[in-house]
Amino acid sequence: MGDHHHGPAKGITRWLFTTNHKDIGTMYLWFSFAMFILGGAFAMIIRAELFQPGMQLVEPAFFNQMTTLHGLVMVFGAIMPSFVGLANWMIPLMIGAPDMALPRMNNWSFWILPPTFLMLASTLFMEGGAPAFGWTFYAPLSTTYAPPSVTLFIFSVHVLGLSSIMGSINIIATVMNMRAPGMTYMKMPLFVWTWLITAFLLVAVMPVLAGAVTMMLMDIHFGTSFFSAAGGGDPVLFQHIFWFFGHPEVYIIILPAFGVVSQIIPAFSRKPLFGYDSMVYATAAIAFLSFIVWAHHMYTVGMPVAGELFFMYATMLIAVPTGVKVFNWISTMWRGSLTFETPMLFSIGFLILFTIGGFTGLMLSIAPADFQYHDSYFVVAHFHYVMVAGAVFSMTAAIYYWLPKWCGRMYNEAMGKTHFWISFVGFNLAFFPQHFVGLAGMPRRIPDYALQFADFNMMSSIGAFIYGASQILFLYNVIATIVSGKPTSDEKVWDGAEGLEWTVATPAPYHTFETPPRIDPAHAHS
Amino acid sequence: MIRISENANVDTVIKLVTVAIGMFAFVFVVMVPLYDVLCDALGINGKTSGEAYSSVQAGVDDSREITIQFVATNNEGMPWDFGPSVTVMKVNPGAVNDTVFHARNPLPEAMVAQAIPSVSPARAAEYFHKTECFCFNQQPLDGESSAEMPLQFIVDMDLPRDIRTITLSYTIFDVTEMAGGVAVR
Repeated sequence: MGDHHHGPAKGITRWLFTTNHKDIGTMYLWFSFAMFILGGAFAMIIRAELFQPGMQLVEPAFFNQMTTLHGLVMVFGAIMPSFVGLANWMIPLMIGAPDMALPRMNNWSFWILPPTFLMLASTLFMEGGAPAFGWTFYAPLSTTYAPPSVTLFIFSVHVLGLSSIMGSINIIATVMNMRAPGMTYMKMPLFVWTWLITAFLLVAVMPVLAGAVTMMLMDIHFGTSFFSAAGGGDPVLFQHIFWFFGHPEVYIIILPAFGVVSQIIPAFSRKPLFGYDSMVYATAAIAFLSFIVWAHHMYTVGMPVAGELFFMYATMLIAVPTGVKVFNWISTMWRGSLTFETPMLFSIGFLILFTIGGFTGLMLSIAPADFQYHDSYFVVAHFHYVMVAGAVFSMTAAIYYWLPKWCGRMYNEAMGKTHFWISFVGFNLAFFPQHFVGLAGMPRRIPDYALQFADFNMMSSIGAFIYGASQILFLYNVIATIVSGKPTSDEKVWDGAEGLEWTVATPAPYHTFETPPRIDPAHAHS
Repeated sequence: MIRISENANVDTVIKLVTVAIGMFAFVFVVMVPLYDVLCDALGINGKTSGEAYSSVQAGVDDSREITIQFVATNNEGMPWDFGPSVTVMKVNPGAVNDTVFHARNPLPEAMVAQAIPSVSPARAAEYFHKTECFCFNQQPLDGESSAEMPLQFIVDMDLPRDIRTITLSYTIFDVTEMAGGVAVR
């Protein structure tokens, strides 16, 4: 860093060549929002087809492509990059570092993403269509019976994995090596803690996913038989490998969300986070348990009873550290001076709806009961409660919470609250009825359904349209804030907020903490 | 902690890249073989041993009869006529039993097939010993010809007493394209 302060470069090269953590964070956030809209558009097609029983709008084959791409784009394009973007923006600010530890790699891990998703989306126009085997891409659907586009799919998963691993290595290196003097591990904000643990999970399991798709590639093109019984392989092996990645993956998605609400709830309760230490240990415990519960996704493959019992008990054990977290958030609010600005509303919405999703998860963990719930809409309802009301709500809360710090302008509070209430009602209208149709036996991933499910599906579709439309309001509010929001220069935008990010100027300057901040040794964690 | 490099960031990167490469290797060199070893050792997944049974049973248990059912399935696109000569046998544990499956290739060109066995209930798999089986090898068959494929098996004396029926299912796959490739059972 030179002696003189300089702003960003001008024009498109600023974004192409930037190594600035704030620029890269911004690009990640905009990119993930674009993917959120794309994945949302796929979801709208799904819900429009399911608005009424019978085949209405699309061919079944296209419907399958929509469910597959919706899942892939939302998980790998929207949720994961959005939290990486947030990590880029906030982790250096929260630990008093001038930038990420590996800024050039940071640029690369972002810029390989957009071409990858362009390639994945382009498969829609290929002969044979886009991947249509579900986001879990079980063999042999994804090998023997896959469309030719599966090879592009495999390549894009490889690149996405590479991007995630590079991003994670960067985050771990930043947190381990770049903390300001006095910022000990147990003083780090919880968002930094949850991301540190998430990054370790990513480094451990993204290579497993890469291994699974590599085996698919070899089975399809090089005559091996990892997943083909004819050559001595076993399709069930695919499910074991996939879920050995896939279960830690769901915590990769939700742990940073835990971190976000652990920042926001104390700020609007005007109290320190209750049980900070137990929050850290609970996060680590969840991360450890995530490695030994994968087979609860595949109770019906014909495991021995001992296996079913092991995975059932191990899964139920996760409710303990997760319960610790939920009770800590509630205890933080207990007797606090609560106010209900938009970030707080989304955080409380997260707390309530994520807990519902946690409980349905507990129901699904019961092996004998799961035979009834398996592959039904009950599962769809469950994971949308934890993915949407969990990860996406907390991400939305994070945007409202830190947006004024990023751009020095306040968003429109009335519009934000309207966004929350429309989202909350739309979300529940969309997904709560899916519990009922699922328990009554409606299978997932099927474009048609029996007549008795018609009313609930219509409700579900209307809810989905409402939730989707509310995101347009969100986009408008964010753009209006950036362009013409009420300027603010308070360092502490929220009076109850704690942490180093609220000690820098507002809007956050292009370079921050070029000299490390002083951290009061007596001061507790922020 | 062992320091690999003086530069803390380089040190962290080297360690983490090692972990990532290690996890990639772990899938291939640990998870895949371990899955096969566990399935073989525990007889789970209904998999029977891929090798001929060579031990001798202590005797024949005349006190009970086990019903053996044979099921044959063609994998999608497999044109052969394939099935057991008898669909049900009653056998005593410990005794050596023989049966044949018949196969006919109706197409003009020669083909190679591989039969994959599965035993139900899965718990019985480790007690179902095959001393001779057409499923141990790939089975070539000339165009428009047929063959009888022998199966010789012993039900173990230690078979749990609550198991009275064992179903042996064969799925036959067309492996003409990959014949001569990977080892199969």
